[in-house]
Amino acid sequence: MAKKTQELDMNGQMKQHTISLLVENRFGALNRIAGLFSAKGYNIDSLTVGPTEDTSVARMTIVTRGDDQIIEQITKQLNKLIDVIKVIDLTFEDFVERELALIKVQSTSTTRAEIILIAEIFRAKVVDLSPKTLTLEVTGSQQKVDAIINMLKPFGLKEVARTGRVALKREFQGEA
Amino acid sequence: MTSTKHHEKHHQKLMTGAEIFVRSLVEEGVEVVFGYPGGATIGIYDALYDITDIKHVLTRHEQGATHAAEGYAKATGKPGVVLVTSGPGATNTVTGIADAYMDSVPIVVFTGQVATKLIGNDAFQEADIVGITRPITKHNYLVKDVRDLARIIREAFYIATTGRPGPVLVDLPRDVMAQKTVFEYPKTVSIRSYNPVVEGNIKQIKKAADVINEAKRPVLYVGGGVINANAAHELRTLAEKLQCPVTTTLQGLGAFPEDNKLSLGMLGMHGTWYSNYAVNYCDVLIAVGARFDDRVTGRTDAFATEAKKIHIDIDPSAIGKNVAVDVPIVGDVKYVLRHLIQYVKPLDTLDWLATIEQWKKEHPLRYKHDEHLRAQYVIDRLGELTKGNAIVVSDVGQQQMWTAQFFRWKHPRTNITSGGLGTMGFSLPASIGVAFGRNDLPIFSISGDGGFQMNAQELSTIACNKLPIKIFIMNNGYLGMVRQWQELFWRKRYSQTCIHSPDFVKLASAFGIPAYRITKNEEVDDAIHRALNHHEGPILFEFVVEREENVYPMIPAGQTVNEIIDNPEPVNSPESSVHNKGTFIVHKKG
Ligand SMILES: Cc1ncc(C[n+]2csc(CCOP(=O)(O)OP(=O)(O)O)c2C)c(N)n1
Ligand SMILES: [Mg+2]
Repeated sequence: MAKKTQELDMNGQMKQHTISLLVENRFGALNRIAGLFSAKGYNIDSLTVGPTEDTSVARMTIVTRGDDQIIEQITKQLNKLIDVIKVIDLTFEDFVERELALIKVQSTSTTRAEIILIAEIFRAKVVDLSPKTLTLEVTGSQQKVDAIINMLKPFGLKEVARTGRVALKREFQGEA
Repeated sequence: MTSTKHHEKHHQKLMTGAEIFVRSLVEEGVEVVFGYPGGATIGIYDALYDITDIKHVLTRHEQGATHAAEGYAKATGKPGVVLVTSGPGATNTVTGIADAYMDSVPIVVFTGQVATKLIGNDAFQEADIVGITRPITKHNYLVKDVRDLARIIREAFYIATTGRPGPVLVDLPRDVMAQKTVFEYPKTVSIRSYNPVVEGNIKQIKKAADVINEAKRPVLYVGGGVINANAAHELRTLAEKLQCPVTTTLQGLGAFPEDNKLSLGMLGMHGTWYSNYAVNYCDVLIAVGARFDDRVTGRTDAFATEAKKIHIDIDPSAIGKNVAVDVPIVGDVKYVLRHLIQYVKPLDTLDWLATIEQWKKEHPLRYKHDEHLRAQYVIDRLGELTKGNAIVVSDVGQQQMWTAQFFRWKHPRTNITSGGLGTMGFSLPASIGVAFGRNDLPIFSISGDGGFQMNAQELSTIACNKLPIKIFIMNNGYLGMVRQWQELFWRKRYSQTCIHSPDFVKLASAFGIPAYRITKNEEVDDAIHRALNHHEGPILFEFVVEREENVYPMIPAGQTVNEIIDNPEPVNSPESSVHNKGTFIVHKKG
């Protein structure tokens, strides 16, 4: 389904692509893939890697940017690596994406309630509490994580850890 | 241990990694290994000691071993094999590996490594060669368990030689090579993530044929992929059926005989005037096993702008990388050409060929011929006297371009040169590999005075093995190609390009190699005849040539055919002293 992608997004940035890779779960594979991006000068917005249901296979999700020609080269170059089993550019598919973030925000007794309210709205969980900080765990799309971080900024962010995007293609749901 | 090719099932004795390594090479049919021993490979060399099926060639430097393996692979089509020790032995192979990667040469490089428990400890002679070579190999392996060894070796040869060929490195820790297991060489390879496409898509091939069948001014632009695929015959059939002119890249020289009237010679920066013009004005460009390298295209947005482009290549990532194409066909070049031939019909290209003939007359490859000796003349004579029946291993620089331009290329796998990486010092060691792989044609190694000194130590390998290599040094006293750029684009400021050389004749004598210094045009034919008639080992000729001579035509880097600088010498006429390629004999008689 060759939906032509818009090359630039609203901010005039090269469009983001989410590329899902199945790779051999072995020594050097991650290095080879990361090395390809640096050697060829491709952007990486995020890169995640973890095991799959098959222990010999790892899944990587790479969020990258580029015009159509660059993205085509990225997928071809990835395919060329011997350790890469499958490359799917999810941008052309309907997919589910999630990111998890841990956000440590400054809080005082006066701001705590307000922060917890924001957390509730974003369905974030409070996972740690200290007299001066509050740590939240939030899961969702990248936009959602961006949004809660923006809301919390005025309180003073102490530390943020984001996992980067993981994604899977949605299955066709069909008519009953 | 035995060295029979057949695996004996009943004979399930345990073997060390070193023995398995050697047996695996025998199973692969490896006849020659280029290498250099050291601490980490001493066990492997011990296992090699008893083997008679494999010849080991001790080069004088590991870079030499790697280029020798490349020369062997390019000249024979079989994979070249290298065996070196850890640390410096391994790092010395890096240039050759990068060279093989750029020019798609199938070599398998085995490196020794420190024991697995020492890896990462900065142990003596440890280098992370797998990390270092990751971006310059098609694939590489660190063997951590002796039980994986035979499978990995099998895969290494398979990956190196299939699809788009390239170098594969296998790192062999010392302790793994001492561990024991049962040896069983895998009969088949299956790598789930590696399935090179060989059969081109028939729909795409038909689409290409439709485009070709409408062409009025077609050009075939042919690269080393045609030679790798052993598809010179199919190429010629296609070209002749279409009456389509053929231009080749540096690596493609030999894929199409230059004595065929459809030949345009080489294209690109130092290609012929008429090949570059033909590409510029063609309406259909059929790229076959070529990769639109910047030395070919110049400024890509001005390259063959009038042409519909068809690109046939085994490597999907080569397609659309530098230049957008209209009809991409991924597949084995031989397979695709075979089918394409059936779908195309003969074209009427008479007008187009007449235009090209005119260009050839107006802008031939040429050089000045007076009382001074020039490298172009030497190559022109070599082409004429051998009629293209020689293997020519050139180095990098001006002499490489003149060899590409003035030799009479006729057969595939006779042009051995470093293209993509442009590695000075390639020729001498590469010719060693050629000599171990081929004895059907005379072998010439041609270097500049600069490049020759980069791997001159291999004279020793050549002398010891009495290899019948005819070594030509074109001594212009300069790093000529860089000097040319300085002359043309840097106001003649010859910064560090004037190079002093030893007495090459005396140097050769020190190795016991007969050597001669040639300074006059009149001596050239004699020298070539003497070289051709010398069958007992190597012979060396130093040609003392014009110092400040330039390679023409030239399209300056990143520019277009409109900026082509043709040779300032006027075109040959019977009275003039300028020689056009191939007209020398006629001229002399007349
Ligand atoms: C290993 C390496 N170092 C540097 C260069 C850059 N370079 C390209 S051509 C050239 C000059 C070669 O001089 P020489 O071997 O005398 O050949 P000539 O051009 O004079 O025929 C140089 C230095 C190179 N290609 N390879
Ligand atoms: Mg020189």
